[in-house]
Amino acid sequence: MGKYGKIAQIHNQLISGKISCVELTKAYLNAIEQNNEALNAYVKITPDTALETAKRVDAKIASGGELAPLEGIPMTLKDNISTKDIETTCCSKMLKGYVPIYDATVWKLLKQQNAVLLGKTNMDEFAMGSTCENSCFGGAKNPHDLGRVAGGSSGGVASAVGGNLAVYGLGSDTGGSIREPASFCGIVGFKPTYGSVSRYGLIAFASSFDQIGPITQSVEDAALIYDTIAQYDPMDSTNSGKKGPVTAQLNKDIRGLKIGIAPEYFDNIQSDVGDTVKKALDVFRSLGAEIVEFNMPSLKYCLPVYYILACAEASSNLGRYDGIRYGYQTAHYSDRDEMVCKTRSEGFGPEVKRRILLGTYVLSAGYYDAYYKKAQNLRGMLVKAFDDAFLQCDLILSPTVPRTALPLNYSADDPVENYQTDICTVPVNIAGLPGISVPCGAGNDGMPVGMQLIGPKFSEATLLNAANQYELASRESCFQAVKMGVE
Amino acid sequence: MEYELVCGLETHVELATKTKIFCSCTTEFGGEPNTHCCPVCIGLPGTLPKLNQSVVEFAVMAGLATDCAISPISKMDRKNYVYPDLPKAYQISQYDRPLCKNGYVELSDGRKIRLTRIHIEEDAGKLVHQRGNTLVDYNRSGVPLIEIVSEPDIRSIEEAVEYVEKLQMIMRYIGVSDCRMQEGSLRCDVNISVRPKGSEKLGTRTEIKNMNSISHMMKAMEYERDRQIDLLESGESVLQETRRYNEGTGCTEGMRGKEDAHDYRYFRDPDLVTIRVTSDTVAKLKAQMPEDPQTRLKRFESEYGLPEDDARMLIEHRRIADYFEKASAGIKNTRAVANCITGPIFARLGSEAAKDDFKVNVSPENLNALIKLLDSGKIRMNLVKSTLEKMLDTGKSASEFLNEKDLAGIDAETLQKICKQAVQDNPNAVKDYRNGKTKALKAVLGAVMKATRGRANPLETEAILSEIMKKAD
Repeated sequence: MGKYGKIAQIHNQLISGKISCVELTKAYLNAIEQNNEALNAYVKITPDTALETAKRVDAKIASGGELAPLEGIPMTLKDNISTKDIETTCCSKMLKGYVPIYDATVWKLLKQQNAVLLGKTNMDEFAMGSTCENSCFGGAKNPHDLGRVAGGSSGGVASAVGGNLAVYGLGSDTGGSIREPASFCGIVGFKPTYGSVSRYGLIAFASSFDQIGPITQSVEDAALIYDTIAQYDPMDSTNSGKKGPVTAQLNKDIRGLKIGIAPEYFDNIQSDVGDTVKKALDVFRSLGAEIVEFNMPSLKYCLPVYYILACAEASSNLGRYDGIRYGYQTAHYSDRDEMVCKTRSEGFGPEVKRRILLGTYVLSAGYYDAYYKKAQNLRGMLVKAFDDAFLQCDLILSPTVPRTALPLNYSADDPVENYQTDICTVPVNIAGLPGISVPCGAGNDGMPVGMQLIGPKFSEATLLNAANQYELASRESCFQAVKMGVE
Repeated sequence: MEYELVCGLETHVELATKTKIFCSCTTEFGGEPNTHCCPVCIGLPGTLPKLNQSVVEFAVMAGLATDCAISPISKMDRKNYVYPDLPKAYQISQYDRPLCKNGYVELSDGRKIRLTRIHIEEDAGKLVHQRGNTLVDYNRSGVPLIEIVSEPDIRSIEEAVEYVEKLQMIMRYIGVSDCRMQEGSLRCDVNISVRPKGSEKLGTRTEIKNMNSISHMMKAMEYERDRQIDLLESGESVLQETRRYNEGTGCTEGMRGKEDAHDYRYFRDPDLVTIRVTSDTVAKLKAQMPEDPQTRLKRFESEYGLPEDDARMLIEHRRIADYFEKASAGIKNTRAVANCITGPIFARLGSEAAKDDFKVNVSPENLNALIKLLDSGKIRMNLVKSTLEKMLDTGKSASEFLNEKDLAGIDAETLQKICKQAVQDNPNAVKDYRNGKTKALKAVLGAVMKATRGRANPLETEAILSEIMKKAD
């Protein structure tokens, strides 16, 4: 936990005048200056706008104005969330120098609350990856061990929040990109129900999976941010906002709550990780929850379904990067076709190219039925499987990632092996469910282990309350605290 | 051998909604390049489309007007291809679940050209070639279109022309499009093949892209028909391909063959939700639809007692028909209203487009007031026409030009006097008249009309004049 505590505590210190917003902001900017070279969490630091906002907040406090919950809190955004007048690159050579002319809805909402943006954070290029190492700026490091990755794709946010270089951050989660790095960095990562947070301004990877969510140091903080950003937005047709505020629901008794466990979720999981996650069951039992076992054989289809559909959508979403209107353009070409071809060959990294090719292939005439259509049908079946599961339990508990944080530059020769990292996280995206990763202990290597709680659509209140109850009951038993940043 | 032409049309019609299909930018034609744009319609990263409800409603109306079945559930799909005028590298269109299906357009001989489907989609931008550079204008990007696909039911160039003109009339009538080919708000792709007359088997077709005028379409079809017949006559076969019409040479040229056909990799657009059109919505739109032109024609003949030709001229453009009905409210002499419109008013509207716009200086209420004076016998038709001209010049109402004297009519004594004077002034005409040239009376009548500024009743005047001229000495 950072030096000033949870968001609500910082809020109180700001109102009581214990610390000014400028002091607070400077503390974080200094920490970034000292630690970012090692962590590589930030790819762009915005001290001027941060201090400007901080001064505005201090003036508001001085004049007796009432502060919104997130007002004056120093934070960061993943570099795929559009920020007007601030370069937004998706950590791709393709978008270097691209400065949006409009704000993403989530940033608009936070800006209205005078959120203090410290900078934009690192990620796998176009959010494709699980290590953050597919970034054109190099990967973000794990604050618990600089020799390990922060995870991905929202590795920069997790590294910054885990390393106390921001109070919180917003990431995006297409197949685990919020939960996995949060798990690796020993913090909380929350992927809300698909359609509760506006995607407008989030640079698309796979539109039917992408969802913005908070990466925080506590469940309570995640709830607070969710309440602010989960608003109905007419700019996003797939968005309906939240069903009701969740922060007020965080202190409910969970006696009688049914926590479901499926053995399939523990297949191919590193044993120390699996054991650590299962220990959480004891905590839930002690809180009066009921553990229910059920089977989910269809889980094995999730990975192929996810990679077929997400790549298909990505191949279309990324078609617009042609060097004509914005972003990178190749230096030498003789005609338009060559310009587009060379721009894309030079601008995209290898993982992005792989997924565009895969996606193009599965949508092609002659292959569509065998891949895309079949995967769509299976997606429907998986949605149904979760519906059935939630007839038996209120929430599902699983590991977040099959293992603890990978060492740097550890990349399997077989890309499919890399994709295995997402095995526990993608099901949630396939079914559009809310999922949260909460630290639950350490592996044999001393690195943080996260457990994942999954709920039915729009069950955020129940989900976050259970996660919060667990966190309050278990905090002490976790891994060693990070000695870095504003600590 | 005698050949038969077989043709089906894909017609793109730009919808007349105020705003674009997925954002709130204006759809107005023209404008400085890239000024009718926003992050959404230029496809900036992170932007999302939001379907304009009026686009769905307009398309449903187009479907209803062509007897299509309206799909209660449809969806939007992405058609992926790379071209600089397409800023997202995909066009949002409808693939396998179009909004409207199975309609038809009836030609004047009663033949029905079946419509396979009508779907909604977005237009692309426009490339502008300038001094060796190619620039892109995205003003048109995101302008809503419907694509109307016909079955290969068309059998001649004349039928193709009538089909397009009929579509134009229908779409204009229900107000969903102005269908101006010269502004690109109606464009056609022509699928064409030939076969020996009497054969049931379809020949290999070619598709001529982007016809932007009826005359080009006719020339292109004629050329392509002859080209295909020549090929078959010389024992060769027609290649299935996409062709373009070269306006300069009057020929069609191959663009790409079947093997080079695009693989558009259609899939459902995950950014947009299912389109649901309830039967209530359909009923509501049906109720809002104006009467269809055919029914209106019949009604104009029976209700207003108009000759078919007059009625046809009036119903062709909805604004004109509406104007006529307003101007005819409470009028006995509705033919006079019709004559005012097809005469002086049409004379001021040069083109079909101007007729469709029907921007006229005289409100239907003002025309109505003018014709009421005619109905009540206060003024005569020639004064109506001359007054109408002045009203058209100035936009003022009839009362501005008709003084009390005009409206008072002419008492018998005064008319008698004026007639006598006219006879005196035209001795030659009188002489002719007495010599049996009855037509000479007209000259004297004209003089009386001139002197009375048209207020005299011509029949009455004729009677008086003939009496005077017979006995005058």
